[in-house]
Amino acid sequence: MSANGSANIGARCPAIRFTLNGERRTVNVPPMKRLLDVLREDLHLTGTKEGCGEGECGSCAVRMNGDLVNSCLVPVLQAEGAEIQTVEGLALDGDLHPLQETFLHNGGAQCGICTPGMLMASAQLLSHGPHPSEAEIREGLAGNLCRCTGYMRIFESVAAAAAKSDASAEEPVLEPSQNAR
Amino acid sequence: MRGNAELHELVAPGSLAAVLDLLAADPGQWTPIAGGTELMVAFSAGRLTSRKLVNLWGIPDLRTIEVTPKSVAIGAAATFLDLRKHAAINVELPLLAKAASWIGSVANQSRATLGGNLVNGSPAADSSPALLAYDAEIETISVRGRRKVPYSEFHTGYKRTVLAADELLYAIHLPRRFAHHRQYLRKVGTRRAMAIAKVALGATALVEQGVIREIRLGAASLAPYPTRLRQTEAALLGQALTRETVLAARRALYAEVQPIDDIRSTADYRRRVAVNLLEEFLLELRRGGSQP
Repeated sequence: MSANGSANIGARCPAIRFTLNGERRTVNVPPMKRLLDVLREDLHLTGTKEGCGEGECGSCAVRMNGDLVNSCLVPVLQAEGAEIQTVEGLALDGDLHPLQETFLHNGGAQCGICTPGMLMASAQLLSHGPHPSEAEIREGLAGNLCRCTGYMRIFESVAAAAAKSDASAEEPVLEPSQNAR
Repeated sequence: MRGNAELHELVAPGSLAAVLDLLAADPGQWTPIAGGTELMVAFSAGRLTSRKLVNLWGIPDLRTIEVTPKSVAIGAAATFLDLRKHAAINVELPLLAKAASWIGSVANQSRATLGGNLVNGSPAADSSPALLAYDAEIETISVRGRRKVPYSEFHTGYKRTVLAADELLYAIHLPRRFAHHRQYLRKVGTRRAMAIAKVALGATALVEQGVIREIRLGAASLAPYPTRLRQTEAALLGQALTRETVLAARRALYAEVQPIDDIRSTADYRRRVAVNLLEEFLLELRRGGSQP
Protein backbone atom coordinates (compact mmCIF):
# COMPACT_ATOMS: atom_id res chain seq x y z
CA MET A 1 0.00 0.00 0.00
CA SER A 2 2.71 2.43 0.99
CA ALA A 3 5.48 1.67 -1.49
CA ASN A 4 5.80 5.37 -2.20
CA GLY A 5 6.54 6.23 1.40
CA SER A 6 3.13 7.49 2.52
CA ALA A 7 2.72 4.97 5.30
CA ASN A 8 2.36 7.76 7.81
CA ILE A 9 -0.82 8.90 6.04
CA GLY A 10 -2.31 5.43 5.93
CA ALA A 11 -1.63 4.99 9.60
CA ARG A 12 -4.22 7.61 10.50
CA CYS A 13 -7.52 5.85 11.06
CA PRO A 14 -9.48 7.97 13.48
CA ALA A 15 -12.68 6.72 15.07
CA ILE A 16 -15.66 7.89 13.02
CA ARG A 17 -19.06 7.59 14.61
CA PHE A 18 -22.51 7.64 13.04
CA THR A 19 -25.93 6.14 13.42
CA LEU A 20 -26.68 3.41 10.90
CA ASN A 21 -30.22 2.13 10.55
CA GLY A 22 -30.95 3.30 14.08
CA GLU A 23 -27.84 1.78 15.68
CA ARG A 24 -24.76 3.69 16.78
CA ARG A 25 -21.64 2.49 15.01
CA THR A 26 -17.96 3.36 15.22
CA VAL A 27 -15.43 2.57 12.51
CA ASN A 28 -11.67 3.08 12.44
CA VAL A 29 -10.87 3.61 8.77
CA PRO A 30 -8.99 6.10 6.58
CA PRO A 31 -11.09 9.31 6.45
CA MET A 32 -11.10 9.30 2.64
CA LYS A 33 -12.55 5.78 2.44
CA ARG A 34 -15.83 5.92 0.58
CA LEU A 35 -18.94 5.47 2.70
CA LEU A 36 -19.96 2.79 0.17
CA ASP A 37 -16.84 0.73 0.95
CA VAL A 38 -17.18 1.23 4.70
CA LEU A 39 -20.76 -0.05 4.53
CA ARG A 40 -19.86 -3.08 2.45
CA GLU A 41 -16.37 -4.02 3.66
CA ASP A 42 -16.21 -2.84 7.25
CA LEU A 43 -19.84 -3.15 8.31
CA HIS A 44 -20.71 -6.05 5.99
CA LEU A 45 -23.92 -4.47 4.77
CA THR A 46 -23.78 -5.50 1.13
CA GLY A 47 -27.28 -4.39 0.19
CA THR A 48 -25.83 -1.10 -1.05
CA LYS A 49 -24.35 -1.79 -4.49
CA GLU A 50 -21.55 -0.26 -6.48
CA GLY A 51 -22.44 0.48 -10.07
CA CYS A 52 -20.48 3.23 -11.77
CA GLY A 53 -18.51 4.62 -8.83
CA GLU A 54 -18.97 8.14 -10.17
CA GLY A 55 -22.40 9.30 -9.05
CA GLU A 56 -24.14 8.58 -12.34
CA CYS A 57 -26.12 5.38 -11.65
CA GLY A 58 -27.56 5.64 -8.14
CA SER A 59 -26.96 1.97 -7.19
CA CYS A 60 -25.14 3.07 -4.04
CA ALA A 61 -27.78 5.60 -2.93
CA VAL A 62 -28.41 5.79 0.81
CA ARG A 63 -30.08 8.38 2.99
CA MET A 64 -27.85 10.59 5.11
CA ASN A 65 -29.38 13.14 7.48
CA GLY A 66 -32.62 13.00 5.50
CA ASP A 67 -30.96 13.55 2.11
CA LEU A 68 -30.49 11.03 -0.64
CA VAL A 69 -26.76 10.69 -1.38
CA ASN A 70 -24.59 8.50 -3.56
CA SER A 71 -22.41 6.73 -1.00
CA CYS A 72 -19.62 6.27 -3.57
CA LEU A 73 -19.06 10.03 -3.44
CA VAL A 74 -19.06 10.47 0.34
CA PRO A 75 -15.70 10.29 2.13
CA VAL A 76 -16.59 8.56 5.38
CA LEU A 77 -15.19 11.43 7.44
CA GLN A 78 -18.19 13.46 6.26
CA ALA A 79 -20.52 10.89 7.78
CA GLU A 80 -19.25 11.73 11.27
CA GLY A 81 -22.30 12.21 13.49
CA ALA A 82 -24.73 11.52 10.66
CA GLU A 83 -27.93 9.49 10.60
CA ILE A 84 -27.58 6.98 7.78
CA GLN A 85 -30.19 4.65 6.41
CA THR A 86 -29.40 1.88 3.95
CA VAL A 87 -31.70 -0.59 2.22
CA GLU A 88 -31.20 -2.93 5.17
CA GLY A 89 -32.96 -0.34 7.32
CA LEU A 90 -36.17 -0.25 5.28
CA ALA A 91 -37.83 -3.37 6.65
CA LEU A 92 -38.89 -3.25 10.28
CA ASP A 93 -38.38 -6.50 12.20
CA GLY A 94 -38.85 -8.55 9.07
CA ASP A 95 -41.90 -6.64 7.87
CA LEU A 96 -41.14 -5.36 4.42
CA HIS A 97 -41.42 -1.65 3.75
CA PRO A 98 -44.44 -0.81 1.55
CA LEU A 99 -42.06 0.03 -1.30
CA GLN A 100 -40.39 -3.37 -1.03
CA GLU A 101 -43.85 -5.01 -1.18
CA THR A 102 -44.91 -3.07 -4.25
CA PHE A 103 -41.57 -3.57 -6.05
CA LEU A 104 -42.08 -7.32 -5.49
CA HIS A 105 -45.69 -7.38 -6.65
CA ASN A 106 -45.22 -5.10 -9.65
CA GLY A 107 -42.03 -6.58 -11.08
CA GLY A 108 -40.08 -3.50 -10.07
CA ALA A 109 -37.02 -5.63 -9.37
CA GLN A 110 -35.41 -7.93 -11.91
CA CYS A 111 -31.65 -8.51 -11.69
CA GLY A 112 -31.58 -6.53 -8.46
CA ILE A 113 -28.46 -4.43 -8.82
CA CYS A 114 -30.33 -1.13 -9.09
CA THR A 115 -33.05 -2.13 -6.63
CA PRO A 116 -31.52 -0.94 -3.34
CA GLY A 117 -30.80 2.48 -4.84
CA MET A 118 -34.23 2.60 -6.47
CA LEU A 119 -35.83 1.80 -3.13
CA MET A 120 -33.85 4.47 -1.28
CA ALA A 121 -34.57 7.11 -3.93
CA SER A 122 -38.26 6.14 -3.83
CA ALA A 123 -38.32 6.30 -0.03
CA GLN A 124 -36.73 9.74 -0.23
CA LEU A 125 -39.32 10.87 -2.75
CA LEU A 126 -42.28 9.64 -0.69
CA SER A 127 -40.86 11.21 2.46
CA HIS A 128 -41.25 14.61 0.78
CA GLY A 129 -44.76 14.07 -0.49
CA PRO A 130 -46.79 10.91 -0.19
CA HIS A 131 -48.53 11.41 -3.55
CA PRO A 132 -45.99 12.22 -6.24
CA SER A 133 -47.13 12.79 -9.82
CA GLU A 134 -45.64 10.63 -12.53
CA ALA A 135 -43.35 13.54 -13.46
CA GLU A 136 -42.19 13.79 -9.86
CA ILE A 137 -41.52 10.05 -9.71
CA ARG A 138 -39.49 10.30 -12.91
CA GLU A 139 -37.48 13.23 -11.57
CA GLY A 140 -36.97 11.58 -8.18
CA LEU A 141 -35.57 8.46 -9.85
CA ALA A 142 -33.74 10.19 -12.70
CA GLY A 143 -30.37 9.49 -11.07
CA ASN A 144 -30.99 5.74 -10.83
CA LEU A 145 -30.26 3.61 -13.85
CA CYS A 146 -31.93 0.26 -14.56
CA ARG A 147 -31.07 -1.91 -17.57
CA CYS A 148 -33.76 -4.59 -16.99
CA THR A 149 -37.20 -3.19 -16.37
CA GLY A 150 -37.49 -0.33 -18.83
CA TYR A 151 -38.48 1.72 -15.77
CA MET A 152 -42.27 1.52 -16.20
CA ARG A 153 -42.66 -1.26 -13.64
CA ILE A 154 -40.51 0.70 -11.22
CA PHE A 155 -42.63 3.84 -11.65
CA GLU A 156 -45.75 1.69 -11.17
CA SER A 157 -44.26 0.19 -8.00
CA VAL A 158 -43.68 3.64 -6.52
CA ALA A 159 -47.16 4.80 -7.49
CA ALA A 160 -48.62 1.66 -5.91
CA ALA A 161 -46.72 2.29 -2.66
CA ALA A 162 -47.97 5.88 -2.65
CA ALA A 163 -51.55 4.67 -3.12
CA LYS A 164 -51.06 2.18 -0.28
CA SER A 165 -49.91 4.88 2.10
CA ASP A 166 -53.15 6.83 1.71
CA ALA A 167 -54.09 6.08 5.30
CA SER A 168 -50.82 7.30 6.79
CA ALA A 169 -49.60 10.50 5.19
CA GLU A 170 -46.27 10.28 6.96
CA GLU A 171 -43.88 7.92 5.27
CA PRO A 172 -42.35 5.89 8.09
CA VAL A 173 -38.81 5.14 6.90
CA LEU A 174 -37.09 7.27 9.53
CA GLU A 175 -38.82 6.83 12.83
CA PRO A 176 -38.30 9.66 15.31
CA SER A 177 -36.86 7.15 17.75
CA GLN A 178 -34.15 6.32 15.22
CA ASN A 179 -33.19 9.97 15.06
CA ALA A 180 -32.38 10.22 18.74
CA ARG A 181 -28.68 10.59 19.32
CA MET B 1 -7.15 1.84 -11.22
CA ARG B 2 -9.09 2.27 -8.00
CA GLY B 3 -8.43 5.08 -5.60
CA ASN B 4 -6.67 4.09 -2.39
CA ALA B 5 -7.97 5.94 0.68
CA GLU B 6 -4.73 5.26 2.52
CA LEU B 7 -2.82 7.46 0.10
CA HIS B 8 -4.90 10.55 0.82
CA GLU B 9 -5.07 12.59 3.96
CA LEU B 10 -8.42 14.20 4.80
CA VAL B 11 -8.67 16.49 7.78
CA ALA B 12 -11.60 18.36 9.31
CA PRO B 13 -10.37 21.36 11.28
CA GLY B 14 -14.02 22.11 12.04
CA SER B 15 -14.32 25.87 11.87
CA LEU B 16 -13.89 28.19 8.90
CA ALA B 17 -11.14 30.06 10.76
CA ALA B 18 -9.21 26.85 11.34
CA VAL B 19 -9.50 25.91 7.66
CA LEU B 20 -8.18 29.34 6.63
CA ASP B 21 -5.26 29.00 9.06
CA LEU B 22 -4.37 25.66 7.51
CA LEU B 23 -4.49 27.11 3.99
CA ALA B 24 -2.36 30.08 5.05
CA ALA B 25 0.24 27.93 6.80
CA ASP B 26 0.77 25.73 3.78
CA PRO B 27 -0.55 27.58 0.69
CA GLY B 28 -1.33 25.40 -2.29
CA GLN B 29 -0.84 22.14 -0.40
CA TRP B 30 -4.45 21.52 0.60
CA THR B 31 -7.43 20.85 -1.63
CA PRO B 32 -10.75 21.88 -0.09
CA ILE B 33 -13.55 19.31 -0.46
CA ALA B 34 -17.24 20.03 0.12
CA GLY B 35 -19.91 17.74 -1.37
CA GLY B 36 -17.38 15.58 -3.18
CA THR B 37 -19.38 15.21 -6.41
CA GLU B 38 -16.32 16.19 -8.42
CA LEU B 39 -13.30 15.19 -6.33
CA MET B 40 -14.69 11.82 -5.22
CA VAL B 41 -15.31 10.85 -8.84
CA ALA B 42 -11.62 11.45 -9.50
CA PHE B 43 -10.74 9.59 -6.30
CA SER B 44 -12.84 6.54 -7.19
CA ALA B 45 -11.14 6.33 -10.56
CA GLY B 46 -7.68 6.58 -8.99
CA ARG B 47 -6.89 9.91 -10.64
CA LEU B 48 -7.17 12.30 -7.70
CA THR B 49 -3.77 13.98 -7.62
CA SER B 50 -4.37 15.91 -4.36
CA ARG B 51 -2.83 14.01 -1.47
CA LYS B 52 -4.01 16.42 1.24
CA LEU B 53 -7.65 17.41 1.50
CA VAL B 54 -9.41 19.67 3.94
CA ASN B 55 -13.10 19.21 4.67
CA LEU B 56 -15.59 22.05 4.17
CA TRP B 57 -18.77 19.95 4.43
CA GLY B 58 -20.67 20.75 7.60
CA ILE B 59 -19.14 24.19 8.26
CA PRO B 60 -22.24 26.28 8.99
CA ASP B 61 -20.72 29.67 7.94
CA LEU B 62 -20.40 28.37 4.41
CA ARG B 63 -23.88 26.92 4.05
CA THR B 64 -26.04 30.01 4.34
CA ILE B 65 -28.53 31.85 2.15
CA GLU B 66 -29.08 35.38 3.34
CA VAL B 67 -31.57 37.79 1.81
CA THR B 68 -30.85 41.48 2.37
CA PRO B 69 -32.72 44.43 0.81
CA LYS B 70 -30.20 44.66 -2.02
CA SER B 71 -28.94 41.14 -2.58
CA VAL B 72 -29.19 37.44 -2.01
CA ALA B 73 -25.93 36.14 -0.55
CA ILE B 74 -25.36 32.43 -1.03
CA GLY B 75 -22.66 30.69 1.00
CA ALA B 76 -20.22 28.75 -1.16
CA ALA B 77 -21.21 25.42 0.39
CA ALA B 78 -24.97 25.87 -0.07
CA THR B 79 -26.15 22.84 -2.03
CA PHE B 80 -28.21 22.95 -5.18
CA LEU B 81 -31.05 21.37 -3.21
CA ASP B 82 -30.77 24.28 -0.74
CA LEU B 83 -31.16 26.67 -3.70
CA ARG B 84 -34.13 24.79 -5.14
CA LYS B 85 -35.91 24.86 -1.78
CA HIS B 86 -35.36 28.57 -1.14
CA ALA B 87 -38.45 30.74 -1.65
CA ALA B 88 -36.73 34.00 -2.63
CA ILE B 89 -34.48 32.24 -5.12
CA ASN B 90 -37.46 30.58 -6.77
CA VAL B 91 -39.39 33.84 -6.99
CA GLU B 92 -36.68 36.40 -7.78
CA LEU B 93 -33.88 34.38 -9.31
CA PRO B 94 -35.78 31.71 -11.23
CA LEU B 95 -32.90 31.11 -13.63
CA LEU B 96 -30.73 30.00 -10.74
CA ALA B 97 -33.46 27.70 -9.41
CA LYS B 98 -33.78 26.23 -12.89
CA ALA B 99 -30.02 25.74 -13.22
CA ALA B 100 -29.98 24.02 -9.82
CA SER B 101 -32.57 21.54 -11.12
CA TRP B 102 -30.17 20.63 -13.95
CA ILE B 103 -27.44 19.39 -11.63
CA GLY B 104 -27.15 15.62 -11.95
CA SER B 105 -30.00 14.11 -9.97
CA VAL B 106 -31.53 14.46 -6.50
CA ALA B 107 -28.63 12.55 -4.93
CA ASN B 108 -26.14 14.92 -6.56
CA GLN B 109 -28.13 18.07 -5.79
CA SER B 110 -28.14 17.19 -2.09
CA ARG B 111 -24.33 17.23 -2.05
CA ALA B 112 -23.07 19.39 -4.91
CA THR B 113 -22.44 22.99 -3.85
CA LEU B 114 -22.70 26.23 -5.78
CA GLY B 115 -19.16 27.18 -4.78
CA GLY B 116 -17.84 23.81 -5.88
CA ASN B 117 -19.46 24.20 -9.28
CA LEU B 118 -17.63 27.51 -9.76
CA VAL B 119 -14.27 26.60 -8.27
CA ASN B 120 -14.15 23.44 -10.35
CA GLY B 121 -14.19 25.80 -13.31
CA SER B 122 -15.71 23.53 -15.93
CA PRO B 123 -16.57 25.41 -19.14
CA ALA B 124 -19.90 23.53 -19.01
CA ALA B 125 -20.81 24.46 -15.41
CA ASP B 126 -24.60 24.39 -15.04
CA SER B 127 -24.88 27.35 -12.68
CA SER B 128 -22.64 29.73 -14.61
CA PRO B 129 -24.94 31.09 -17.36
CA ALA B 130 -27.54 32.10 -14.76
CA LEU B 131 -24.94 33.74 -12.51
CA LEU B 132 -23.50 35.67 -15.45
CA ALA B 133 -26.95 36.79 -16.55
CA TYR B 134 -27.68 37.99 -13.00
CA ASP B 135 -24.39 39.93 -12.74
CA ALA B 136 -23.27 37.91 -9.72
CA GLU B 137 -20.37 38.93 -7.54
CA ILE B 138 -17.94 36.52 -5.89
CA GLU B 139 -16.63 37.04 -2.37
CA THR B 140 -13.43 35.26 -1.38
CA ILE B 141 -11.97 34.81 2.08
CA SER B 142 -8.53 34.12 3.56
CA VAL B 143 -6.65 35.02 6.71
CA ARG B 144 -5.79 38.25 4.86
CA GLY B 145 -9.46 39.20 4.72
CA ARG B 146 -12.26 39.20 2.18
CA ARG B 147 -12.46 40.61 -1.31
CA LYS B 148 -15.07 40.80 -4.03
CA VAL B 149 -14.75 40.29 -7.77
CA PRO B 150 -17.42 40.28 -10.45
CA TYR B 151 -18.24 36.68 -11.36
CA SER B 152 -17.61 37.58 -15.00
CA GLU B 153 -13.93 38.04 -14.02
CA PHE B 154 -13.67 34.99 -11.74
CA HIS B 155 -12.59 32.50 -14.40
CA THR B 156 -9.27 33.36 -16.01
CA GLY B 157 -8.67 30.32 -18.21
CA TYR B 158 -9.55 26.66 -18.62
CA LYS B 159 -10.09 25.44 -15.02
CA ARG B 160 -8.32 28.54 -13.71
CA THR B 161 -9.75 31.19 -11.40
CA VAL B 162 -8.65 34.31 -9.53
CA LEU B 163 -8.53 32.40 -6.23
CA ALA B 164 -5.14 32.62 -4.52
CA ALA B 165 -3.61 29.50 -2.97
CA ASP B 166 -4.70 30.51 0.54
CA GLU B 167 -8.21 31.65 -0.42
CA LEU B 168 -11.60 30.01 -0.34
CA LEU B 169 -14.67 31.02 -2.26
CA TYR B 170 -16.85 32.40 0.53
CA ALA B 171 -20.13 33.61 -0.96
CA ILE B 172 -21.92 34.42 -4.19
CA HIS B 173 -23.87 37.69 -4.17
CA LEU B 174 -26.83 38.19 -6.49
CA PRO B 175 -28.30 41.68 -6.79
CA ARG B 176 -32.06 41.88 -6.30
CA ARG B 177 -32.76 44.12 -9.28
CA PHE B 178 -33.93 41.72 -11.95
CA ALA B 179 -37.62 41.55 -11.07
CA HIS B 180 -38.56 43.56 -14.19
CA HIS B 181 -36.05 42.00 -16.53
CA ARG B 182 -36.99 39.46 -19.14
CA GLN B 183 -35.12 36.25 -18.36
CA TYR B 184 -34.07 33.20 -20.30
CA LEU B 185 -32.10 30.03 -19.63
CA ARG B 186 -31.79 26.94 -21.71
CA LYS B 187 -29.41 24.00 -21.73
CA VAL B 188 -28.96 21.60 -24.59
CA GLY B 189 -27.63 18.18 -23.61
CA THR B 190 -28.23 14.53 -24.44
CA ARG B 191 -30.82 13.95 -21.71
CA ARG B 192 -32.50 16.09 -19.12
CA ALA B 193 -30.99 14.44 -16.03
CA MET B 194 -27.33 13.65 -15.45
CA ALA B 195 -26.09 15.05 -18.78
CA ILE B 196 -23.34 17.63 -19.10
CA ALA B 197 -24.28 20.58 -21.31
CA LYS B 198 -23.33 20.65 -24.97
CA VAL B 199 -24.32 24.35 -24.86
CA ALA B 200 -26.19 26.54 -22.39
CA LEU B 201 -27.26 30.16 -22.61
CA GLY B 202 -28.61 32.44 -19.91
CA ALA B 203 -29.91 35.95 -20.50
CA THR B 204 -31.52 38.90 -18.79
CA ALA B 205 -32.74 41.99 -20.63
CA LEU B 206 -34.58 45.20 -19.96
CA VAL B 207 -36.74 46.30 -22.87
CA GLU B 208 -38.44 49.71 -23.09
CA GLN B 209 -40.70 50.58 -26.00
CA GLY B 210 -39.19 47.84 -28.08
CA VAL B 211 -35.60 48.94 -27.46
CA ILE B 212 -33.05 46.88 -25.51
CA ARG B 213 -31.84 49.07 -22.64
CA GLU B 214 -29.88 46.43 -20.75
CA ILE B 215 -28.72 42.95 -21.71
CA ARG B 216 -26.51 40.26 -20.22
CA LEU B 217 -25.71 37.02 -21.96
CA GLY B 218 -23.97 34.19 -20.09
CA ALA B 219 -22.73 31.11 -21.92
CA ALA B 220 -21.45 27.66 -21.02
CA SER B 221 -19.40 25.38 -23.29
CA LEU B 222 -18.76 28.13 -25.84
CA ALA B 223 -15.31 29.13 -24.59
CA PRO B 224 -12.57 27.63 -22.36
CA TYR B 225 -14.53 28.91 -19.36
CA PRO B 226 -18.04 30.22 -18.67
CA THR B 227 -18.21 33.72 -20.09
CA ARG B 228 -20.33 36.77 -20.86
CA LEU B 229 -20.85 37.34 -24.56
CA ARG B 230 -19.79 40.98 -24.58
CA GLN B 231 -19.62 41.52 -28.32
CA THR B 232 -23.05 40.04 -28.85
CA GLU B 233 -24.38 42.18 -26.01
CA ALA B 234 -22.84 45.25 -27.71
CA ALA B 235 -24.60 44.36 -30.94
CA LEU B 236 -27.93 44.40 -29.10
CA LEU B 237 -27.61 47.24 -26.60
CA GLY B 238 -29.69 50.26 -27.52
CA GLN B 239 -31.14 48.51 -30.58
CA ALA B 240 -34.77 48.14 -31.50
CA LEU B 241 -35.94 44.54 -31.57
CA THR B 242 -36.17 44.29 -35.34
CA ARG B 243 -35.49 41.37 -37.64
CA GLU B 244 -32.23 43.11 -38.63
CA THR B 245 -31.11 43.36 -35.00
CA VAL B 246 -31.72 39.66 -34.52
CA LEU B 247 -29.66 38.84 -37.60
CA ALA B 248 -26.83 41.14 -36.51
CA ALA B 249 -26.82 39.51 -33.07
CA ARG B 250 -26.70 36.04 -34.64
CA ARG B 251 -23.67 37.08 -36.66
CA ALA B 252 -21.99 38.66 -33.62
CA LEU B 253 -22.46 35.54 -31.51
CA TYR B 254 -21.28 33.26 -34.30
CA ALA B 255 -18.07 35.28 -34.56
CA GLU B 256 -17.55 35.73 -30.84
CA VAL B 257 -17.71 32.20 -29.43
CA GLN B 258 -14.86 29.66 -29.51
CA PRO B 259 -16.39 26.25 -28.82
CA ILE B 260 -14.41 23.03 -29.18
CA ASP B 261 -14.93 19.53 -30.57
CA ASP B 262 -15.07 16.96 -27.77
CA ILE B 263 -16.83 13.75 -26.78
CA ARG B 264 -20.09 15.58 -26.12
CA SER B 265 -20.44 17.60 -29.28
CA THR B 266 -18.70 19.45 -32.09
CA ALA B 267 -17.67 23.09 -32.30
CA ASP B 268 -19.88 23.57 -35.33
CA TYR B 269 -22.98 22.11 -33.66
CA ARG B 270 -22.39 24.15 -30.51
CA ARG B 271 -22.05 27.37 -32.50
CA ARG B 272 -25.22 26.72 -34.47
CA VAL B 273 -27.24 25.77 -31.40
CA ALA B 274 -25.97 28.81 -29.47
CA VAL B 275 -27.06 31.11 -32.28
CA ASN B 276 -30.49 29.47 -32.29
CA LEU B 277 -30.85 29.79 -28.51
CA LEU B 278 -30.06 33.49 -28.76
CA GLU B 279 -32.61 33.90 -31.53
CA GLU B 280 -35.20 32.03 -29.47
CA PHE B 281 -34.67 34.50 -26.62
CA LEU B 282 -34.78 37.56 -28.89
CA LEU B 283 -37.94 36.39 -30.63
CA GLU B 284 -39.54 35.85 -27.23
CA LEU B 285 -38.56 39.42 -26.35
CA ARG B 286 -40.15 40.68 -29.59
CA ARG B 287 -43.38 38.91 -28.70
CA GLY B 288 -43.20 40.36 -25.18
CA GLY B 289 -42.52 36.93 -23.64
CA SER B 290 -39.74 35.53 -21.43
CA GLN B 291 -41.28 36.99 -18.32
CA PRO B 292 -39.37 36.09 -15.20
